[in-house]
Amino acid sequence: MLGSGFWTAMYKSFELGLLYAIMALGVYVTFRVLDFPDLTVDGSFTTGAGIAAIGISSGLHPLAATLLAVAGGALAGMMTGLIHTKGKINPLLSGILMMIALHSINLRIMGKPNIGLLNQETLFTSLEKGFMFIAVVGALVLVIKFIIDGFLKTDIGLALRATGDNARMIRSFGVKTDSTIVVGVSLSNALVALSGALVAQYQGYADLQSGVGMIVIGLASVIIGEAIFGKRTIARVTFAVLLGAVLYRLILAVALQMEVDSTDLKLLTALIVIFALTLPRIRGNMKQKAVSRKRAVEMMKVGGEG
Amino acid sequence: MLHIEQVSKVFNPGSPDEKLALSHINLQLRAGEFVTIIGSNGAGKSTLMNLISGVLFPDIGSISIGNQAVTSMPEHARSRFIGRVFQDPMAGTAPSMTIEENLAIAKRRGKRRGLSFGVKRADRKWFKEQLATLGIGLDDRLQAKAGLLSGGERQALSLLMATFMKPKLLLLDEHTAALDPARAELITTLTERIVQEHQLTTLMVTHNMEQAIRLGNRLIMMDKGRIILDIGAEQKRKLTVDKLLYEFERIRGAKLADDRVVLGG
Repeated sequence: MLGSGFWTAMYKSFELGLLYAIMALGVYVTFRVLDFPDLTVDGSFTTGAGIAAIGISSGLHPLAATLLAVAGGALAGMMTGLIHTKGKINPLLSGILMMIALHSINLRIMGKPNIGLLNQETLFTSLEKGFMFIAVVGALVLVIKFIIDGFLKTDIGLALRATGDNARMIRSFGVKTDSTIVVGVSLSNALVALSGALVAQYQGYADLQSGVGMIVIGLASVIIGEAIFGKRTIARVTFAVLLGAVLYRLILAVALQMEVDSTDLKLLTALIVIFALTLPRIRGNMKQKAVSRKRAVEMMKVGGEG
Repeated sequence: MLHIEQVSKVFNPGSPDEKLALSHINLQLRAGEFVTIIGSNGAGKSTLMNLISGVLFPDIGSISIGNQAVTSMPEHARSRFIGRVFQDPMAGTAPSMTIEENLAIAKRRGKRRGLSFGVKRADRKWFKEQLATLGIGLDDRLQAKAGLLSGGERQALSLLMATFMKPKLLLLDEHTAALDPARAELITTLTERIVQEHQLTTLMVTHNMEQAIRLGNRLIMMDKGRIILDIGAEQKRKLTVDKLLYEFERIRGAKLADDRVVLGG
C-alpha cells in the first residue's frame, strides 16, 4: 500500500498549494476580472522571492521583508499596466516585456542566482509544519480571499470588474479605464510577489528561476478550480481558485509518486491547462447537439401529425 | 445647454480615404429640448455623437455643455454631464455583473469612486423602485446577471442607467435600431416617458423617420457632414414622413437613396 513517504509528500504539496493559492488569486484578478492575460507573473514571483530573501538575509525582520516584496510586486505590475495603457502596447506583449526586464532586475536585486535562508529566521520558523501550518496559512489565505471578495464589491472594485467586462460602458460612466487596469495589474502582482516571498521562506531559498512557468500554474489553478467548483459568484470563484491551486499541487505530487520525471512536470502542466480549457467547450457542444437533436425529433413528430 | 460652434472633423487626413465627416457644424440646444437627428449613412450623425461624448475630438471648433467648455475634455471626465445609450443592446451594461451592480456603477456616474461598498442596503430599495418604473418585471431580478437579459430588457436597463441620475445631456445613438419592432416600440415609449418626466435635454439619432417625427420637439436632418434642415417645435407638429421626404429632395435635388432609412412603422 501507500507508504508514509506518500503522505508526507501529499502534506507538503498541500502546504505549498496554500502558498501558491495567493499567486493564483493574483492571476485570477488579471486573467478573469480584468480580462488581461498578464505574463509579468513569471518575473514578479521571483521578484517577491528575491526581495524577501535578500531582506531577511541582510537582517531585516521577515515581516518587513515580506511587505517590501509585496511593494516590489505591485511596482512591477504598475509598470506593466503603464506600458500597456500609456504605451498602447498589447497586454500580452506588455507582460512579456516586463517579464524579460524583471529577469535582469531580479538578478540585480538578489546579486546571485540563489539565496539560501536555511539558518535565517523566517515567518514560518516558529510554525511547525503539518497540521498547525495548514491551519494558520489556510486562515491567512482565506483572509486574503475575503479581502479580495470585499474589494471587488466596492465602487472601485465594480469599476475594475466592468473594465474587464465592458470597457466602453464603464468609460461612459466616468471611469478612466487606464487607471483601473493599472490598479488591477498592480494588485495582482502584489499578490504574486507575496506568494513568491512566502514560498521562498517556506522552502528556505530564493532561486532566480523559481518564477518560470508560474503564469501557467496560476492559470491551471484558476481553470481547474472553476471547472470543478463552479463560478457563479465572486466569493465562489475565489474559493474555487484556492482549491484549484491546492488540487494542482496534489495532482503534481501524485504524478511524481507515479515516477513521472520531474523535468516533465511543465509539460504535464501545459497538458492539464489545455485539457481544462477545452473540456467545458466540448461538453457544451455535445450538450447543444443533444438538445438540437431532441428538438428536431420532436418537431418532426409535430410536423408528421399536422 | 449644449453649444456646438463651427465644429469640423476629418477622418484619415492625407490618405486616399480622407473624408470630411463633419463640416462647420453649429448647433445650440436649450435646456429641456429633445432633438431628433435623421440622415442617411455617412451623414455624420454618429460622428457628431462621438464628438459630443468625447470618444472623438473635433479638428476645429468648440463644444460646451452648460457653461463648461468640454472640447478637449476626455470621455471619462465628460461623462458627469452625459448619459448615453448605444445602438448595441450589449454595449450599455456589464454582462457578468448583476443588475444591481450595473445600477450601482451608473449611480456613481462622474463621481469619485472609493472603497465603500458599491451596492448598499438603502440602494436596493431605490433600485427596485426605479426598475419597477420600466414595467417589465426587472425589479424582482436585482441579483440576475445583466448578460442573462434579452436585448430589449438590456436596452431598457441601459436607458434607466443613463437617465436615472438626471444627466445634463442625454445622447441616444439609434438605441432602438437593433431591436425587433415590439421591443423597439417598448423602448421608444419608455424613452418618451423618461425624457418627459425628468425634462432631459436630449439628442437622439435615428434611422426611423416616423420615430424622428413622433419623438421630441425639434428635428434636424444631416447630410454629408452638414445640418441641412432644422425644424422647430411649431413646424414639427405638422410634419409627416411625406413632407420630410419632399424637403430632403428639394434641398438635395436628389431622392433619399438609402436602404437603412426606415420611412415608417
